[in-house]
Amino acid sequence: MKNALAIFCFLVSILLLTSISGDLVHFQTVKNEPTFKIPNGFPKPVYDFKNNKPTEAGFQLGRKLFHDPILSLDSSTSCSSCHQQFSAFGHVDHSLSHGIESRIGKRNVPTIQNVIWQPHFMWDGGVNHLDLFPIAPITNPVEMGESLEHVLLKLKRSKEYSARFKAAFHHESITSERMLKAISQFIGQMISADSRYDGYVAGKDSLTQQELAGLTLFQNRCVSCHPPPLFTDYSFRNIGLRMDTALKDSGRVGLTGLKSDFMKFKVPTLRNIEITPPYMHDGRFRTLQQTLEHYGKGVFFTNSVDPEVKRLAGLTRNERADLIAFLRTLTDQNFLKDRRFRDPAWK
Amino acid sequence: MIWRLNNGILYHGILWIGIAILCGAVSFNRFPENQNKGGRLTIKIENYVDSQPLLLDSATYQNELSQAFIISKFKYYVSAIHLKRSDGKVFVSDQFHLVNEEDSESKQLLLNGIPEASYSELSFTLGVDSLHNCSGLQSGDLDPVKGMFWAWNTGYVFLKLEGTAPESKSPGHVFEYHIGGFRQPSNCIRTVHLSLQDLKIGSAKQATISLKADAAEVLKTPTSLDFSKLSSVVDFHNAITVADNYMDMFSILKEE
Repeated sequence: MKNALAIFCFLVSILLLTSISGDLVHFQTVKNEPTFKIPNGFPKPVYDFKNNKPTEAGFQLGRKLFHDPILSLDSSTSCSSCHQQFSAFGHVDHSLSHGIESRIGKRNVPTIQNVIWQPHFMWDGGVNHLDLFPIAPITNPVEMGESLEHVLLKLKRSKEYSARFKAAFHHESITSERMLKAISQFIGQMISADSRYDGYVAGKDSLTQQELAGLTLFQNRCVSCHPPPLFTDYSFRNIGLRMDTALKDSGRVGLTGLKSDFMKFKVPTLRNIEITPPYMHDGRFRTLQQTLEHYGKGVFFTNSVDPEVKRLAGLTRNERADLIAFLRTLTDQNFLKDRRFRDPAWK
Repeated sequence: MIWRLNNGILYHGILWIGIAILCGAVSFNRFPENQNKGGRLTIKIENYVDSQPLLLDSATYQNELSQAFIISKFKYYVSAIHLKRSDGKVFVSDQFHLVNEEDSESKQLLLNGIPEASYSELSFTLGVDSLHNCSGLQSGDLDPVKGMFWAWNTGYVFLKLEGTAPESKSPGHVFEYHIGGFRQPSNCIRTVHLSLQDLKIGSAKQATISLKADAAEVLKTPTSLDFSKLSSVVDFHNAITVADNYMDMFSILKEE
């Protein structure tokens, strides 16, 4: 019996071998790993690509998934519906996220850039790993409204996805792990480190007098929460925003239950800030001008308000203009136009 | 890296060896006597409500406040199973088991390679340790596809009890207790300790422990849950109360 089983397995293996080897030829033609390096001056990423080695096939699979509305319940909404490249993968001009059937979420779409340095995700830091992040929008009823199980079922039905998963992971089966890792390979490479400011730091570009004045102001008043090169320290802070009475979003306290976390939200990066209005977790400020005015006279002081907000008090009109001029140097046109991140369906 | 090798012979060679190993593994699984030395233990879990075996969707039960209820879902994680020998040495299994009333296979936990000895205590984690809540993607029973994962606040749901109760004020009179959370002050990880009567485990004999898991314990001791007041626990609010209730839901029915 035992021998018979072994012989049977052997025969099956020969069959498998003949069927697999045809595809192996295809694997060999897959391009080498994509060029991917850590920009000068950036720290070691939090995300460990050792557990998810990027390949061209994996990146392209992630790219297709990111732009494909198949991830949503009614095939109406893709990741890129809200995370648009020209807005640093945020959603310009929308204060709150829009999902399937025109449902409105309760928060402003965050940008996707330099996420491999992010220790946690969402405005309240609810998600603790990049690979787990996409599950939240996919399953949120007001975003993509799907279940992981059903998304996988739909992907398994697609011949193209079957071939792409096989090329990326050298395995027939489509699993949540492989799907999410492919998305991480794609969004993990959305790195913005090529703004005019970066050119200035590298000695390749110059800033205007006004921009330099803004940089000095920035260094004195902003860096405690928005330190370069990532322009955020990823902490959670209450900057004195009043809770919106309709949304009733009180920030991190909703996860932790700690009173000290009331109205605390993640400090966002300031990279590409110029092209990602509106601002704040609920998109309440339409312009950078309004945002800076908040620090000047809008802060609603309570016990949990961060004392650092006072650093931005008392800016003159000219100083605000200088600071905004500096913030605009953080716009990274090469990132916003990088063809690698475009919808692959566009020619 | 395999696909980058251009040498076809080497490439096929590796594949052949791989397949041979795979076949070996398959045949070993079919013939347990060839498995690595040591004993095997099966932990059979039987879900109950008080003294009756749990029947999903059909039987009506009563809580301590005489409120009627029907159970439609009962799932929980059992992990880090420890078997303690009389001399204090401990065998540990690092497997995660999602026990689901709907899936009879999930109620049989198989442990292999247990050193031959008499064991005096069985203990396990009811839930998922903090490391596995913070390590990114997991597979097997910890695959987020299993529906025991909170996407908006990373972490596993350790236990789910769902059903209907006429007293519940939730839509459709449903009640749902989704208990999880691995951080203070809402740490719901609980450890269950059960004494064994010097259970002998060895290669000669298949040992079995039958455990009773009483779903009624989710709803009582120390806190008697009132469906009209608390029909939904789906985040840290009241989670500790329910976890403290269910931590004593296990007892040993039989060991042999």
